[in-house]
Amino acid sequence: MSVPEAITLLRERGDFGPLCAAIPYARFLGLSLAMEDGHVVGMLAFSPPNVGNPVVGALHGGTLGALLEFTAVGHLLHAVDSVGVPKTINLTVEYLRSAGLRDTHARCHVLRLGRRVAVVRIEAYQDDRKKPVATASAHFLLEPKHAPVGDPG
Amino acid sequence: MSEPMATLEKVKRFIFDPVPHHRALGLELLACSPESVTVRLPYRPEFVGDPVSGVLHGGVITTLLDTTCGCAVFAKLTSPRRVATLDLRIDYMRPASAGLDVIAVAECYRMTRQIAFVRAIAHDGDPSRPVASTAGTFAIFEGKSKRPDTLVAPKETP
Repeated sequence: MSVPEAITLLRERGDFGPLCAAIPYARFLGLSLAMEDGHVVGMLAFSPPNVGNPVVGALHGGTLGALLEFTAVGHLLHAVDSVGVPKTINLTVEYLRSAGLRDTHARCHVLRLGRRVAVVRIEAYQDDRKKPVATASAHFLLEPKHAPVGDPG
Repeated sequence: MSEPMATLEKVKRFIFDPVPHHRALGLELLACSPESVTVRLPYRPEFVGDPVSGVLHGGVITTLLDTTCGCAVFAKLTSPRRVATLDLRIDYMRPASAGLDVIAVAECYRMTRQIAFVRAIAHDGDPSRPVASTAGTFAIFEGKSKRPDTLVAPKETP
């Protein structure tokens, strides 16, 4: 299934499965998205190739950055009906504690939704949502599905 | 052994080669000195974020930059210490071209006893047209970094 078809399905039925299956890097890393209590939740499944520090037993920080960005894009696709795939302008990740060798989840909150730019916070956590392993602030460019003629932007 | 080779060997042995995710991505440490570290991410179809354009996912660029910045800190240390990322800001300037490897170049431009400041760029062939730029801060822990090959296995998932 193509990405646009998968996005349509996600918006109509809240089913993220086809979208995650259509993105090669999501399959490679073990990233998925699901609805929990009306909220989009991202998940990075634990897999040994994602280990960054075998000595202390921690996931690679880059894989957490990937989960944070992926969750934000999934959240925005679900929350904002009028756009194509949001483009990441920037992402600032704060690493709060080392992420252990188990599944990691993430949730996104939109701080400001403009016509062209969304500002979001994302938190990644493992066992306890109150103890995030990493958080991020990010800006996304919202691409209109059909740019109106003469749209000043 | 010349100094650049000594630094490359040190970084490879202590913090580059022992990392499973570096092997999973096929990351290659191209150059390494206390002034600058260069790492290559090979273009592979499984790293693609947009299957229509073939453009890499941002997450794999984040990982490349995190690794390269961490290596730049380690390369500047006079004795091995454990290093951890405190924060990493990544600005995405343009999508990486489909089919091209991505090269990251990082410089640790200021180091105190406990904190290191790093900047880096990622490009796909022309350093004057970066795909992303980064600023990061890292914590440097007291005590020597132990040789990974002499350490006990990591704790199992509960």
